Amino acid sequence: MTDSRAHILNRLRHHELTPQAKAPVYQKPLGLSKAQRIKSFTEKQQAVRGEVVLLNGSWTDWMDKHFKDANLLIGTGELGDQASNLKNAKAITHYDQPVESWKPDLFEQIDVSITTSHAGLAESGTLILKPTPQEPRLMSLVPPAHVAILDANRLYENFAELMSAEDWSEMPTNLLLISGPSKTADIEQTLAYGIHGPKRLITLIVNHD
Amino acid sequence: MNQQQAFERRIDEALHNAQLRQNFRSAMDGIRQRRAEQFPDEAQLQALREQVQSIRSYSLQNQADLLEKLEAKLTENGIQVHWAANPEEANGIIANILKAADAKTVVKGKSMVSEETELNHYLEEQGIEVIESDLGEYIIQLAKEPPSHIVAPAIHKNRVEVAELFQNFHPELPYTENIDELTETARVILREKFAKADAGISGVNFAVAETGTLCLVENEGNGRLSTTAPELHIAITGIEKVIDKLTDIPPLLEILTKSATGQPITTYFNMISRPRQEGELDGPKAVHLVLLDNGRSRIRWDDELLDTLRCIRCGACMNHCPVYVHVGGHAYGSVYPGPIGLALEPQRLGLDKAGSLTSACSLCGACGEVCPVKIPLPKIINRLRAESVNNQEASTVSGKGALRHVSEAWIWKLWSMSYGSPALHKFISWAGTRMSSLIPNKLGAWTHYRTRPTPAKRTLHELAKSAGIAND
Amino acid sequence: MSTPSRVYFFGTCLIDMLYPNAGMAAITLLQREGLEVIFPQNQSCCGQPAFNSGYRDEALKVARSQLNLFNEDIPIVVPSASCGGMMLHHWPELFEGQPDRQLACDVAARVVEFADFLANTLQVNLQDKGEPTYIAVHHSCSAQREMNVASATDKLLAQLNEVTVERHQRPTECCGFGGTFAVKQPDISGAMVEAKTQAICATSAKSVISQDCGCLMNITGYAEKQQHDLKGQHIAEFLLERTS
Repeated sequence: MTDSRAHILNRLRHHELTPQAKAPVYQKPLGLSKAQRIKSFTEKQQAVRGEVVLLNGSWTDWMDKHFKDANLLIGTGELGDQASNLKNAKAITHYDQPVESWKPDLFEQIDVSITTSHAGLAESGTLILKPTPQEPRLMSLVPPAHVAILDANRLYENFAELMSAEDWSEMPTNLLLISGPSKTADIEQTLAYGIHGPKRLITLIVNHD
Repeated sequence: MNQQQAFERRIDEALHNAQLRQNFRSAMDGIRQRRAEQFPDEAQLQALREQVQSIRSYSLQNQADLLEKLEAKLTENGIQVHWAANPEEANGIIANILKAADAKTVVKGKSMVSEETELNHYLEEQGIEVIESDLGEYIIQLAKEPPSHIVAPAIHKNRVEVAELFQNFHPELPYTENIDELTETARVILREKFAKADAGISGVNFAVAETGTLCLVENEGNGRLSTTAPELHIAITGIEKVIDKLTDIPPLLEILTKSATGQPITTYFNMISRPRQEGELDGPKAVHLVLLDNGRSRIRWDDELLDTLRCIRCGACMNHCPVYVHVGGHAYGSVYPGPIGLALEPQRLGLDKAGSLTSACSLCGACGEVCPVKIPLPKIINRLRAESVNNQEASTVSGKGALRHVSEAWIWKLWSMSYGSPALHKFISWAGTRMSSLIPNKLGAWTHYRTRPTPAKRTLHELAKSAGIAND
Repeated sequence: MSTPSRVYFFGTCLIDMLYPNAGMAAITLLQREGLEVIFPQNQSCCGQPAFNSGYRDEALKVARSQLNLFNEDIPIVVPSASCGGMMLHHWPELFEGQPDRQLACDVAARVVEFADFLANTLQVNLQDKGEPTYIAVHHSCSAQREMNVASATDKLLAQLNEVTVERHQRPTECCGFGGTFAVKQPDISGAMVEAKTQAICATSAKSVISQDCGCLMNITGYAEKQQHDLKGQHIAEFLLERTS
């Protein structure tokens, strides 16, 4: 196996290529105001059946109204603490155990999950999620509905702007760009939604004015 | 049957399959339209292509250094890196990892590199169950067919064909041709597999050396599920996929999704840098990356041909190819079909095995026009034609001269003698025009479809001379 | 570029043998604009057929025999984007490593496709003297992608007031000629020319106009065999007819 490594690297180094300067870092400034960013994000999400809500009031009130009698999955951070305010949930599960101890329930019992988000991208209608021990990866993937809270002050124009605004030199275990509910066009190039990932993606935008 | 005859037989079969041709024509029209809609500004498109070409060229220029950097960073992050020179090695490495983890069932995200190595077949022989989780891949797995397109593997099938397949394999479920219902069926069936699988296998779209990050592009969520739900994740990719920096990703991602499926972005972009860390509650505890060479390092030895390695596997070339739309992906009989297949396969497999593919091209240039990384595909295809009849110079492409036929070589020799000599040329022209009635009406394949072209009574040379046009 | 008073004319082997009237029409149009046209009698072929079949030595031999026929530093007008493209873009590649590469590049650099020369260098003014008619335009792949001169045809035709161009479905798609491709992959080529001809015949166009006679030969040959009533003309022939 190590032989192959040396073999491959030798073959690559066997032929020197003239180095050329790389193009400068990609920038795509769009000059969007906050209101325009929110509009762009909303339109792009809605174009692929994403649902966007400009949240006034608490997320718990909103969930009580729109997900009555649901089996809710929530993390163990700040959102998890606020979950005690929920009045209408059938059940509230805190994701506080390794997945191996409860996988069948995760796949079969949960109706909806709710997470925070790290940022958003206006141009493509994208949520950036950085899963943590408090909000594990499968939360935004397994349940048939996923609700994400997005701070409008963290809505960037696009991926290039986000990368230039933050330090990305150390990447987390997993970083996700989510741009709508799951979909496929593998049969006759016809769009069908909700194939493997969540069938519904709802973004609650806070701090939107 | 030699490679040329086998190829001709497959083409013939495809051209006589009216349903297939209709499916492809409809699919390609849609994809071309959607891509065009994503690039309304020509100047912006060209600037973006320049950008990503530069990024990919940089990767190839510094390939060894970047791969070492990638390996170091991935290792530091806790991802184990393996190097495979050829398919047998890659398959063996993956099988060993699975066996060591006592993994019996595997869910798989789409990987063209795993098609190169015929991984599924190998693992099944080892007694490991492999389930393709991408809907298109799942469909062709049921049909026991290879993919006919690198991005949309079941593009050659219509809904009725899919309905019949599902009915055969899941007779307990009601028959339906409704696409939403078929999709829901697939969700239910595959969901159980994700939950129970021991391991997940995926490809990689981009591997970032700077941060040790594996990037995966998808719409369905099966890629994320395959790389997150099981305890073990194995990724496999070609050695040319390494990217220098994270800041290279935004333009690559943008042009990939827009070129491939005409989407501004795919549903998910999944960036994996580590296995499950202390305190984390899900994600694989072990993550491996297998780097496959399989002929790529050799392709890099030729300064003109190495441009082939810039490919980011978007499929735009085949989407716009006027040959591909008529014969479909299976006719090529190769892992990679269409223009990129014509450029890559003869280099990967040798001209003696795949050189005849280069004849399936009118050199129209539609592919080169849409390639996001500006691979000069027609130039490379034509160069490989030259290599396939080359019996003189040394070449890095294996199997050079394999398609040289004495009869054809003589035709071109005679042609060059007559067209290279004004006197002979004059004679041939005179003969062609004066004796045109002797040329048979049936001229092989040409006259099967068209009437015979008729030489004029007098050549342009003669008319010009008669009209007193100056000679110099 | 200031308007030249003399130009070379490279007729192409296909026009020479099969469509010489197209060549004469082009020469006539150039002369009508006051140019002196020079037609070196020793010209034959740009070498493309062999080049596209992989026989580069043979292509080189033929291409090389053209080099000393165009010594004067004046444009070389070519009534074909395919042959023009071969000379302009592929001669540098073909002559790579050859002692006369510089000469080949110098000659190639002076190549101009006919419609492009008429529309953009001479900037002709055309008066349509014909009856109202409907035509299809087939932009050859070389005109579109290699020489980027397809718009020249559009520009010239736009000046003809009685001519209506009927757009056919998938206008940028290859007609299936591809030179030796039509012989090496005849059935795929047949499928492609079928698609192109059907698209054109589905419009009310009575004829198809192109900058390339190879494409015309392909399309009209197919149309004739299928007993469709479709004429074909090189842009030069059509313009001469309409403006005389």
